[in-house]
Amino acid sequence: MQRRGFLAGLAAFLAPILGLPFRRARADGPPEQAGGAPPHAAGKPAGKPRRFGMAIQVDRCIGCTRCMDACKAENNVPKEPFFFRTWVEQYTIKTDGELVVRSLKTGNGKPSESVPEREIMRSFFVPKLCNQCDHPPCVQVCPVGATFRSPEGVVLVDEERCIGCRYCIQACPYGARYLHPDTKTADKCTFCYHRTTRDLLPACVEVCPTSARIFGDLDNVASPLTRFKRMKKIHTLKPDLNTEPKVLYSDLDGVVR
Amino acid sequence: MKSLLFRPVPEQITRLSLAFALLASGVFLVRAHAIPQTWLDREYHVKSTLEREANRPRRFAGAQACTECHEDQVKEKAEGNHRTLACETCHGAAGKHVEDPTETKLFAPRLRDYCVLCHAYDPSRPTGFPQINPALHNPLKPCIECHKPHAPVPPETPKECAACHGEIERTKAVSSHAALACTACHDAPDAHKVTPRLVRPTKPQNREFCGKCHGPKSEEKKAPRVDLAAHGERYLCWQCHYPHLPEGK
Amino acid sequence: MNEELLHNLADLSKQVWGYIYPNEIEVHWSIMIVLYPYLTGLVAGAFILASLVKVFRVKEVQPAYRLAMLTALSFLLIAPLPLLLHLGHPERNFEILLTPNPSSAMAMFGFVYLWYLMVVLLLEIWFDFRRDLIVWGRAASWPLSWFYRAASLFSNDISDAAVRFDKKAVQVITVIGIPSAFLLHGYVGFIFGSIKANPWWSSVLIPIVFLFSAIVSGISLVLLLYMVITPLRGKSLNMACIDKIASFLFYAVIVDFSLEALDFIHRLYESEESIKILSHMVTGKLFVSLFVMQVLLGMVLPLGMIVLVKTVSCSEDLRKLLYFTSAILIQMGIFATRWNVVIGGQLFSKSFLGLTTYKMEVLGLEGLLVALVVLALPLVVLAILIKLMPPWHDEDEPGPAAAGETPATPAELPAPTASAPAPAPDVA
Repeated sequence: MQRRGFLAGLAAFLAPILGLPFRRARADGPPEQAGGAPPHAAGKPAGKPRRFGMAIQVDRCIGCTRCMDACKAENNVPKEPFFFRTWVEQYTIKTDGELVVRSLKTGNGKPSESVPEREIMRSFFVPKLCNQCDHPPCVQVCPVGATFRSPEGVVLVDEERCIGCRYCIQACPYGARYLHPDTKTADKCTFCYHRTTRDLLPACVEVCPTSARIFGDLDNVASPLTRFKRMKKIHTLKPDLNTEPKVLYSDLDGVVR
Repeated sequence: MKSLLFRPVPEQITRLSLAFALLASGVFLVRAHAIPQTWLDREYHVKSTLEREANRPRRFAGAQACTECHEDQVKEKAEGNHRTLACETCHGAAGKHVEDPTETKLFAPRLRDYCVLCHAYDPSRPTGFPQINPALHNPLKPCIECHKPHAPVPPETPKECAACHGEIERTKAVSSHAALACTACHDAPDAHKVTPRLVRPTKPQNREFCGKCHGPKSEEKKAPRVDLAAHGERYLCWQCHYPHLPEGK
Repeated sequence: MNEELLHNLADLSKQVWGYIYPNEIEVHWSIMIVLYPYLTGLVAGAFILASLVKVFRVKEVQPAYRLAMLTALSFLLIAPLPLLLHLGHPERNFEILLTPNPSSAMAMFGFVYLWYLMVVLLLEIWFDFRRDLIVWGRAASWPLSWFYRAASLFSNDISDAAVRFDKKAVQVITVIGIPSAFLLHGYVGFIFGSIKANPWWSSVLIPIVFLFSAIVSGISLVLLLYMVITPLRGKSLNMACIDKIASFLFYAVIVDFSLEALDFIHRLYESEESIKILSHMVTGKLFVSLFVMQVLLGMVLPLGMIVLVKTVSCSEDLRKLLYFTSAILIQMGIFATRWNVVIGGQLFSKSFLGLTTYKMEVLGLEGLLVALVVLALPLVVLAILIKLMPPWHDEDEPGPAAAGETPATPAELPAPTASAPAPAPDVA
């Protein structure tokens, strides 16, 4: 343990006792309008920040993997198939009831059939990504506060402060985080924060050919996302964990976890 | 106890207190003066991260950027069956091209292998989504010879039924009933094309209709056989089997 | 880009069973994170054993009291090392003390650690050794005398009143120390037990199971060290002492075993959605380390041996052999326990549909060799501590007669260099 950290820690520990000023951050929850908020969408009136969310219409996904490729290209995600900010799962329920799941490979190539067609009862694709939980377990466990919720409700990682302990990776129920092999810090979907704060769509939404993904402000009174919320029966992933995801699914099958 | 109170403070306590005071003031000094104060400032950390994230380079330009130069293609696409696609879905990230259109040209897929990423048949794809079997559907011929990529439509006047019942046609096209014409099961009077809701085509009425192919005496070689008398006698065939996409092949 | 990592991942992806999320191939918490609860467990356990002497006045254990304290200290000093080695950015470790996230169980590590080190262990050892340090400081020559004087914080009062005060202080600190030891290891259990996403970890029982397995491991370690070091010093073992320690070990193992069995049965009976994948894991990839190493070799067999000693009258040599064997088996068993918790909790996918594999490196920073070094280091530290501050007085041995009320204030204090014949015990 470094001497300096050691001492400072002791100070942090003793400060409340000795009445010294020692700032304590809130457990989670957005740091309100963290000073001079980032370049929000130009022309957007200052005030209440938007609350980003995504809808996924499962019965529109054709498993073309354009979103996976676009995400890797846009966000410097390693090309190798062990690191994903978003991925697409193929579920196949066989006539004998067996469930076969796999995640699609990136690159050009049609999703190969892993199950002979005459044994298929039902089959579909499910795109996955960080759920940008309103009650994120990853933020709760980060020991140094390097991951937090932005004013827009997006969970971000401070790559200059992340110590690479990987507690957040363990805490995420959705497998949405990975350790970036170059920076050695935790990495995850940011809802393309650099695009969405400038009124562009996230890369995966931009390239989706069937509009299976809808992105927007959850608080907006009239938008494709709001329409989706009104018209569809919505599910979230692992609702029993009370993470309050902001990625909403319609037509989601019960076997999906 | 009393004697403890009135005794002078034991030497141990003074020594420890001194050591502790030294340590504590050392820590305080380091914390207040020896390290950059930004290390302690959570608001600063959050703010700098938001800025860093917001200013990452953008590789995809977004749909709006394309309309500024390629108005015709955008208009054509907006009216065609590819209206939900972004230009960059097929042409790739356009960020650099937008910055310098002459220097960086975009990729335009012209071969079969790109279109089949979406349009090759896959049982997991939603029914009705236009799919083909690439091995059977004009193999070796580039898709764009018959289909305009910005506004794809079938190359010739469609078979009569499919013009309106495209979704059923596309579903049937990948099913084991693909080779059957619509008229094998439905009689469509000419008047149906003029007044579709007044004059309806016929539908099969009874089990024996399916039995013509699937019954024990059928002459169809490939059709699976069932004994109509013993097989689900209380139901009509289509109450269990969807005729446009019967299970199995 | 790390070519070796990618190569390993490609290898691992071939050994995946069923479906796992694509980011889950790598087991992120490696052998280093297995070592961490193992080492802290030894600290807490050794301290609890030591406090039996002071708080509950178990006089038989007195000969092992100071050894237990120094053992706890040397393991505690090394405990953060595996954590540090495992970090992606070890150079940023100080952030955990500068900007701790109050809602993170892990962030409290620095504080619990500092509290335990500074307020409990160091302070208690200081009070306990203060008089000896002063005496040694007067007897030793230059560099050592300076060390002893500094270590005693330059105090020089060895009057009877001052020594009485030392003893009282030790007692008070031990009373604070017991809940602190519980906190230290219960808290390590909480790091795992509070992860709701992971059904193998998420359990209120985990901190308590950790605590009792810590007590088991610490007691058996001190027993082991005492049985190895004493003959090395040319002394004979105090049988009353090791009988008593073994007896405490026996009760601790029983409690630990019952708690773990309760946890297991509870999971099996509740049979939540994760049960299928968990049973697939424990009957497959974890079978050997869980049922064979942890339960059979690490608990049932040593329990049987101690029961044997307790029911059948055995010769001293046989008793020693059985105690020694069961202590070694228990160490292995507790290590397997830590392994099963840490590695087992990462083998199954959070989709509950598949398993991945953990392949330990041999050379790398988180590999087998480094792990062995980390395991050996506390013993090296202990050897140095014993050399500098011999934790025994010759008149304590061999009989229990000297293990009375006054062993902390021996009449004749041995000069450290001359009368501490113990060559640094080469247990490492």
